[in-house]
Amino acid sequence: MTVGQWLPTALAAHAPVLLVAVPLILSTPAAILRTGRAGWAIALSGALLALLCAVELFLATRADGAVISYALGGWPPPFGIEFRVDGLNAALLLLLTGAAVLALIFARPSVENEINADKRSLFYSAFLVSLSGLAGVAITGDAFNLFVFLEISSIPTYALIAMGANRDRRALTSAFNYLVMGAIGATFFVIGVGFLYMATGTLNMADLARLLVDMDGDRVVRMGFAFILVGLGLKAALFPLHLWLPGAYAYAPSFVTVFLATTATKVAFYVIIRFSFDVFAIDSGFVVNALTYVVTPLAIAGMIVASAQALFQTDVRRLLAYSSVAQAGYMMLGLGMGSQAGVSAGVLHLINHALMKGVLFMALGAFAISYGVRRIENCKGLGMMMPMTASAFTLGALSLIGVPFTVGFISKFYLIQAALAQGWIFAVAAILISSVLAVFYCYRILVNLWVTPIPEGRRDLAQPTPYLILVPLVGLALANLVFGVHAAPLVDIAETAAAAAINAGTGS
Amino acid sequence: MIEIVAERFNYAVIIILMMVGLYAVIATGNLIKRLVGLSIFQTSVFLLYISIAKVFGGVPPIFDYKELVGYKIDPEVVYSNPLPHVLILTAIVVGVATLAVGLALVVRIREAYGAIEDHAIAEADYAFELEKGF
Repeated sequence: MTVGQWLPTALAAHAPVLLVAVPLILSTPAAILRTGRAGWAIALSGALLALLCAVELFLATRADGAVISYALGGWPPPFGIEFRVDGLNAALLLLLTGAAVLALIFARPSVENEINADKRSLFYSAFLVSLSGLAGVAITGDAFNLFVFLEISSIPTYALIAMGANRDRRALTSAFNYLVMGAIGATFFVIGVGFLYMATGTLNMADLARLLVDMDGDRVVRMGFAFILVGLGLKAALFPLHLWLPGAYAYAPSFVTVFLATTATKVAFYVIIRFSFDVFAIDSGFVVNALTYVVTPLAIAGMIVASAQALFQTDVRRLLAYSSVAQAGYMMLGLGMGSQAGVSAGVLHLINHALMKGVLFMALGAFAISYGVRRIENCKGLGMMMPMTASAFTLGALSLIGVPFTVGFISKFYLIQAALAQGWIFAVAAILISSVLAVFYCYRILVNLWVTPIPEGRRDLAQPTPYLILVPLVGLALANLVFGVHAAPLVDIAETAAAAAINAGTGS
Repeated sequence: MIEIVAERFNYAVIIILMMVGLYAVIATGNLIKRLVGLSIFQTSVFLLYISIAKVFGGVPPIFDYKELVGYKIDPEVVYSNPLPHVLILTAIVVGVATLAVGLALVVRIREAYGAIEDHAIAEADYAFELEKGF
């Protein structure tokens, strides 16, 4: 256990478990106190404490190959449940908790606008449970424990999405579809873990990795991998398994969309990386074959088809949701390359995509509060009415396209570089085609924002954007620019993460 | 052929249940029936875990306290594996929670749409879209 670097040592020693336990424990008082403000304060303090723990873990894993192992209840790892933090999930935990804090700052005005007063504290309570579950998925080193945390995070998420029913009853059917598909995905994951348990007799991921090295030809192990990949693909909304995502993003409350778009699918994506590269050794033939011949074609199809679908949407959030599916294709493409450069590019795009979609969905949330804007044609003239918010949205959109000096450019650059190193010209072509499609669908919104004049009667409704939205929004938008120019820190994080993912499986 | 199936009777049952559940989820338009299918599907996985825990000739892994403290456990005795049962107790709880949230959502859907059939809900949404204008 690394000595705490800035938390007191006693706390630092238990940072892995506090990160998960604090939001979970705080969800109870948040539910008991029936005022929205108190619920919000508790949720924010829970997320901030989790962020502190994540920063501590992140700093402690900066050294090459540093791994923090925390034995729950003092039962040593292969027998007890282990929380295991390395360069890969430390970065993810930082992203998760950071996004949760920013989304919560955004939440207060947004939730007060969209959720009934008597439901607000329960809403924040469900959010805390979901955050705790996601943190647990990211931190646990036990395959079955991961399933439990996956469901702890998913079940409150279904409820949170359904809370959008105040404004649009389609939130209910979207939440139901997500529930059915999410439950099938989680069950597929359990079947896969069951197969691995049959073959190896262990559930600890590090122990699995050690035992699976010698079981390359085992058909039970291969079936296990297939089930795990499909199950997590459903949770991560990979291309043909993405059908729950557009509805869920479009009809959920704005805050939930911001939080889901920046974290939930990213965590599922992390688990795919963890299983493909760490638990199953990447040099075993069937993993490489699955990544090259199954994941890569689907990723490319997703990048192009989902971008094309985004072109024809009338609802702004639905458009961005399809764009999220396309962006998940970019991450999967990086993973499909199976090289360290590819994984590093995929992780980089994961972080960057959270930054840009955070900005875009927050700005849409601000538009929705001030004018109730949901459709593209309703965005007319908003650039003049809400210049700050619209500028932030524009920055996010440019980053989504991949204009130089934004983070979107950096990750596409690294992705293309990794594809060229592999000799995959078709992948480069797909990235460029998808980027051109992104230009078109962003153009449709941006033209309405800035070029078309303000319609009659809208000027009277003008309302300033609340500060609590502006602060995280502008902060994230600037992060898109700053890390686009000064990319070294993010690239460094992604490379450490990729090294941790690939070397941990073969090294230990 | 018969012998192969008979030896793996438990797996045959599990696979049939799994397919029945998955088919029900996909094929039916009724939201309640879809949840029923989901439950059957999840239950088949519980059975998969339980059946791999069985060790032929194994006895329940229950120790006398004195034997445990004195490390006098007979190495000749074969015990069944208790771990999958513990895992499945957790998974049952998860399944119940998912089912409960799903049923609650169906209640809300019925309040909002007056229907729990997929096609009726899709028609209502389509009519709503037409009313607003695409």
